[in-house]
Amino acid sequence: MAEVSFIDEVCSVPGGESIRSCIQCGVCTGSCPTATKWDYPPRQAIAMVRAGLRDELLSSNSMWFCSSCYACTVRCPRDIKPTDIMHALEVLAIKHGLSTKRSRTPVMYQCFVDSAKGNGRVYELGMMIKLFLKTNPFAALKLAPVGLGLFLHGRLPLKPSRIKGVGELKAILNKAKALGGAK
Amino acid sequence: MKKYSYYPGCSSEATASPLGLSVIPVAKELGMDLVELEDWNCCGSSPYGSVDKLQATAIAARNLALAEKTGLELVTPCSNCYVVLGGANDNLKEHPVLKEQVGKALAVAKLSYKGGVRVRHLAEVLYSDITPEVIGSKVTKPLKGLKVAPYYGCQLVRPNGFDDPESPHSLDELVASLGADVVPWQMKVSCCGSSLVMPEQEVALGLINKILRNAQENGAQCLVTPCPLCQINLDAYQSQVNSRFKTKYNLPVLFVTQLIGVALGIKPDDLALSRNIVSPMRVLAPYL
Repeated sequence: MAEVSFIDEVCSVPGGESIRSCIQCGVCTGSCPTATKWDYPPRQAIAMVRAGLRDELLSSNSMWFCSSCYACTVRCPRDIKPTDIMHALEVLAIKHGLSTKRSRTPVMYQCFVDSAKGNGRVYELGMMIKLFLKTNPFAALKLAPVGLGLFLHGRLPLKPSRIKGVGELKAILNKAKALGGAK
Repeated sequence: MKKYSYYPGCSSEATASPLGLSVIPVAKELGMDLVELEDWNCCGSSPYGSVDKLQATAIAARNLALAEKTGLELVTPCSNCYVVLGGANDNLKEHPVLKEQVGKALAVAKLSYKGGVRVRHLAEVLYSDITPEVIGSKVTKPLKGLKVAPYYGCQLVRPNGFDDPESPHSLDELVASLGADVVPWQMKVSCCGSSLVMPEQEVALGLINKILRNAQENGAQCLVTPCPLCQINLDAYQSQVNSRFKTKYNLPVLFVTQLIGVALGIKPDDLALSRNIVSPMRVLAPYL
């Protein structure tokens, strides 16, 4: 069986299927609040998917700078959904083990997911501590005043909130995992 | 009194507790019966959808399945939960294979989801169901002379929000119904950096600075937003912006429920006003 092309792979993730309609107009890049930080800004990233440059794109920092503001999505004249395409690229980067070290966002997302799975609800303080320990403990010192401010204003509880059905939720997620990537 | 299934979202219990706390008395005063969804779980938020689509849809779908049993519309005060739960709903409709797999995953917990839940944002319910007219008729402390910049953020209005994605007006009308002066400004739907504030603080601080500067230059005394992430970024990180950019912002950022509550004459303690990092007490003093 022939190897699945990069563009087919992107199309197989829900939200990624419309990428073939792109006309490379650049409205997405022009609308993006963080585009200057991307190795390959949105328009170029989409061109790279179509050119089959899988490893170059998936090991870049590009999609990890997407803030999910959806400005590109509501402006795209071809009704493709660049935000969803960026999420699809993130999923594929993780699947292929290609995520970059030049963005701390993949680590944050994983910490978030672990927290959501563990308690059924996200424990923000625990997630933040884990993120900084895994990436940059020094940054935690810089952010300590923000954390302290939130804590002193009753906005950073020391105890996680845990749902009753945490076992049930884990069973659902394990089953989803076993069923493999969504097609 | 219309009844809704209520989905607070994780941040309403912690970093956005002023939102979670102020929703309750305001809903009561406005005659909304919010019944908290029993044992709701995290919606998965943007991060889960960037790690694994099937699991992300499944974690959101447990909430949708629980809500479907109530037969009520599902209302959340969180813009991110709104986009994620609504997005999962759409994906399940548009992708039969995804729907089948999520169905199998839910079945492990004896749950099922047919697709019948309408997901709504609290701001939408305030605007469309309660209406600014009715809210205005219940105002006991008109916010006359208070200059408010309505900040919508992104996910209330995009990708499939209930208002115009580029030039929305619902929050403006809600603020105006309270008697306050709506500040015209340019950045009401600009991105604050959302959760990038944690892994990429420098990028987010730059975006927050632009928003605060634009609000201040247009004469705002405070901002008002429905979104937990926006409020945290503009409020809790304001001191970081000040030290990074040598600015001197002292702009309170209120949740829309807090501002409505003040105008309805609800006690400051019940609106958790003391939980805002940049204290709103000075600008709100004439109305308390």
